Amino acid sequence: MKKNPYQIEEVSNPQKAMVTIRDLHKRFGDNHVLKGFNLQLYEGESLVVMGKSGSGKSVMIKCLMGLIAPDSGYIEVMGKEIDSLDQQTLDHLRSDIGFLFQGGALYDSMTVRENLEFPLRRHKKKMGGAVQTIGLVREALRSVGLERAIDLMPAELSGGMKKRIALARALILKPKIILYDEPTSGLDPITAKEIIELMRDIQEKYGTSSLIITHDVDCARVIANRMVLLVDGVDYAHGTFEELSNATDPNIEAFFKK
Amino acid sequence: MMAALLRMVDEFKGFLVETGALFLFTLRFFKELFNPPFEGKELLKQCYYIGNQSLVLVALTGFILGLVLTLQTRPTLIEFGAVSWMPNMVSVSIVRELGPMITALICAGRIASGIGAELGSMRVTEQIDAMEVSGTNPFKYLVVTRILAATLMLPLLVVFADAIGLYGSALVENLRGDVSFQLYFNKVFDSLKYADLIPATIKSFFFGFAIGLVGCYKGYYCKKGTAGVGVAANTAVVFASMLLFVIDFLTVFVSDIFFEF
Repeated sequence: MKKNPYQIEEVSNPQKAMVTIRDLHKRFGDNHVLKGFNLQLYEGESLVVMGKSGSGKSVMIKCLMGLIAPDSGYIEVMGKEIDSLDQQTLDHLRSDIGFLFQGGALYDSMTVRENLEFPLRRHKKKMGGAVQTIGLVREALRSVGLERAIDLMPAELSGGMKKRIALARALILKPKIILYDEPTSGLDPITAKEIIELMRDIQEKYGTSSLIITHDVDCARVIANRMVLLVDGVDYAHGTFEELSNATDPNIEAFFKK
Repeated sequence: MMAALLRMVDEFKGFLVETGALFLFTLRFFKELFNPPFEGKELLKQCYYIGNQSLVLVALTGFILGLVLTLQTRPTLIEFGAVSWMPNMVSVSIVRELGPMITALICAGRIASGIGAELGSMRVTEQIDAMEVSGTNPFKYLVVTRILAATLMLPLLVVFADAIGLYGSALVENLRGDVSFQLYFNKVFDSLKYADLIPATIKSFFFGFAIGLVGCYKGYYCKKGTAGVGVAANTAVVFASMLLFVIDFLTVFVSDIFFEF
């Protein structure tokens, strides 16, 4: 693919890089999903990665969490190279990263309270030793406006409520980075807007760095400080929403056409 | 002809790959089993689900087994004037073979498919990934606990099924043959030897292990989509049932060497 003027090799930015991905490759059989993807997420920013369905956005985010091993490339999170970490250090690092899964991924056999307590089991030390977990659970639920759902089962929740509870679970360990995998997919426009507002509130309140994977232009418009477009397995373009939405490159225009 | 041959070769290759993957899965189970942290609470929960919730099904099956076995055998034994051997024959049949095998097959249907479907749906809905992200080893939390619970609970279920089966048999003898329960069970305990009990108990542990292992393996590596969950549950039952017969043959073969029947 021809190089475009919006593609950048490395951004010289005085801010601290929370996540750095360089030349990431991942292949599933004959399907070469990521063909040299690059990205940098800076402290306190909201970076949106947009790409078509099946373009490898979720694969990239799972490589970042160490859930999928990349074929090659370099991934660094908060100064630590993911590939070189032992399981214990990786688990510790993961406690600083919240992950909102596409479908919420709430444990169906547990109540909302148990779902939120689950990450606390392994990271009690980080949360100050023998803490009262119920206090943390209530605080996380309050921050997503669903304290009343504490004793409900996931099956009793609506799609929007599931996303909110999943967000509360991602927040409970007070992470420095939050990864959102298609936060508005499968939601009606009103609920999607509520979730976007909630994501913005959380970022303002906790000062987290956010990496948002989406193909929802409205979500990107509201939340993005900066954007990366993923096309054909590479970071095709970097820029702000305004820069990219006004671009004349047909590959970029395709994302913003209604 | 050639196409059929190539298909057979492919199927055989697939079988070898599956066997190899199951072997690696088994090795990982033993590796994780002895590594802390230990998921005691989840193990107890699984023991409850696998053990307690199978009781009624196993009891009913065991009772009918004892009842039918006695009713069907009675006319033949009467013909040979050997009806007094009924407790000996039924007890040895149930304790050595029928009790463990029928209980294991029932549990393969209930437990292996249940575990396969549960873990499969957790895989498809990314709950297993969510667990890993939370700093919990999903293999240890989900797989080790379920295999261990099935291994520990199945022998207990077998003992329970044996007892209920013998009670069913005693009931028939009591109603049809005027044999008291006390006399019936005295004869049962006289006829049973350690050589009957030990191999059957050991076999039950292996049965439980196989049921848990196959259910977990099929669910843990479930293919994406709801169809994958169905396939995981279905193949878990089929594969576990086949494996039970292989284990049964092997344990009978080995115990035949160590114990004189």
